[in-house]
Amino acid sequence: MRNRKMAALTTVPYVIWMALFVVIPLVLIVVYAFTSKAGGFTLQNFSAMGDYAKVFARSLWLALAATVICLIIGYPVAYALSKMGPSFQRTAIMLLMLPMWINFLLRTYAWMSLLENTGLINTFFDNIGLFDLINKIALSLASDPSAYQPIDHFQMINTQGAVILGMVYNYLPFMIMPIYSVIVKIDRSMIEAAQDLGADSVTVFRKVIFPLSLPGVLSGITMVFVPSVSTFILSKLLGGGMNMLLGDLIELQFMGGAYNPYVGSAISLVMMIIVMICMTVMNRFGDGEDQAVML
Amino acid sequence: MSEKLINLENIHKDYGGKVVLDNINLYVRDKEFVTLLGPSGCGKTTTLRIIGGFETPSAGVVYFDGKKINDLPPHKRPVNTVFQRYALFTHMNVYDNIAFGLRIAKVSENVIKDRVTNMLKLINLPDYAKREVSSLSGGEQQRIAIARALVNHPRVLLLDEPLGALDLKLRKEMQRELKSIQQQVGITFVYVTHDQEEALTMSDTIVVMNKGKIQQIGTPVDIYNEPKNAFVADFIGESNILDGVMHKDRLVSFCGKNFDCLDSGFEKDETVDVVVRPEDFEIVPIEDAQLVGTVKSTIFMGVHNEIMVETEDFTWKVHSIYNAEVGDKIGLFLTPDDIHIMHKS
Repeated sequence: MRNRKMAALTTVPYVIWMALFVVIPLVLIVVYAFTSKAGGFTLQNFSAMGDYAKVFARSLWLALAATVICLIIGYPVAYALSKMGPSFQRTAIMLLMLPMWINFLLRTYAWMSLLENTGLINTFFDNIGLFDLINKIALSLASDPSAYQPIDHFQMINTQGAVILGMVYNYLPFMIMPIYSVIVKIDRSMIEAAQDLGADSVTVFRKVIFPLSLPGVLSGITMVFVPSVSTFILSKLLGGGMNMLLGDLIELQFMGGAYNPYVGSAISLVMMIIVMICMTVMNRFGDGEDQAVML
Repeated sequence: MSEKLINLENIHKDYGGKVVLDNINLYVRDKEFVTLLGPSGCGKTTTLRIIGGFETPSAGVVYFDGKKINDLPPHKRPVNTVFQRYALFTHMNVYDNIAFGLRIAKVSENVIKDRVTNMLKLINLPDYAKREVSSLSGGEQQRIAIARALVNHPRVLLLDEPLGALDLKLRKEMQRELKSIQQQVGITFVYVTHDQEEALTMSDTIVVMNKGKIQQIGTPVDIYNEPKNAFVADFIGESNILDGVMHKDRLVSFCGKNFDCLDSGFEKDETVDVVVRPEDFEIVPIEDAQLVGTVKSTIFMGVHNEIMVETEDFTWKVHSIYNAEVGDKIGLFLTPDDIHIMHKS
């Protein structure tokens, strides 16, 4: 009994920390979201969000696209990785995690200098004469050659594509890791049992490995989608400010010219609810006690 | 050829230089219950996995019904396996587990329903179709694993220590049940176990293995009564094993005495292993005894007492209903057919 009390005591710093920096701010957000500038109760902050419907839609769309791309790229990698020898697996995982050791901002700046109109990629294409070639072909096909505008770069920076690229680049490991860790734990004898019962390798994958890897897939989806939908610096740096996302919008309400913490809180609250709905749906899908969703 | 349903010829298997199977020659007849018996690491599971197609032999040929099947992958072999830890599909219920093989074989759902239902009856779990696998006990999972394999009507069922995880009482029950299932469905069983009693009670033929080699193949009675070497004698049942010298045909000496025996064909004065089963001793008055010793310990074992009797050169394990006290002097008597002589291996 005494021991249990002592054990409970050791959690006090954590509880105080959480109360101060998580619970109280959450309560404040809820309070602010329902408060008018004058200080009274209002629902105005939520109706004001209608102006930002486009931002909501764009955020959800870009996050969804990034998640799907991460899944398409990440699943085969995770599956292939689980089939390799143990030392290869260790090295590959280390390499996967390596970019994570570099600051997020630095990585994004690096992408900027790669994608810019006069950046590395465009310069490279220019040097190998790709644009000259394209111009020549286009000119010969054009019906009105005099109206043809020759190109000297691909527009990569400041596009939605660049934002999605940034999300995929930054969050891909969070898709690969949970899927890999689930697949690698699948009991080998279950796969042999399926082969024994007449399943060729495609059927083994379809009927055994894939269904058993779903908890990892769900976990990966959550771990990519949630940070993607709330990311804020990526769109500014890679999307050129024209592709404002929810995170940027919230920042704008608190720090920027549109200063309105009441609307900002309301947006934050709605975003939290969206994320919670996503997680609940995910958890419902993978209704097993060995659920791998963690965040 | 059809006499030998499965035939292993000169099978070798090594993993990076470590020899696991050394020249295995073995055949299994149709509808036979064959048990591969041996201590862990003797190669019995590897042999089973070679038949199932999960391992390829480093050398040698595997025939099935006269056809070479070395390169046939597991999913194309007409055999099914019951795995050691059952390996049921945890993401499916009992019905879907049993139906798995039939669905892959594109059997119609009506037929599948009949066959799964019959199978559930056969394993005495008729109402379990909708149960989740994780909610089943070890014994129940075990039966489902057997049903999942049998429902495909394989020519051969391979069983890899299927009862290993069950408690003693359930294991005995399942032994009887497995044997009766085998007789009912009339297919070949190849059964792997390290439990000699299991092997003796269930098998038509026992293959005793040790260190990657076959030690003896025979019926349970042969193996028990006529063990070929000291290893088999020791592994099957309990034995007293000691050195002896074969003076001539049917005369052996051990413990400083000559004994009549039934064995012949040894070299003169060859050093041999002498094997005596503990239950073969007769306890007799000291004046009639061949061996006289002191009781070191006695343990009540249920059907008999296990009495350790110390003579000058050897401590004998004796099974008898005789109640001895520690320190008693008792006399032991052996008839010629109680003494088994084996070449030193």
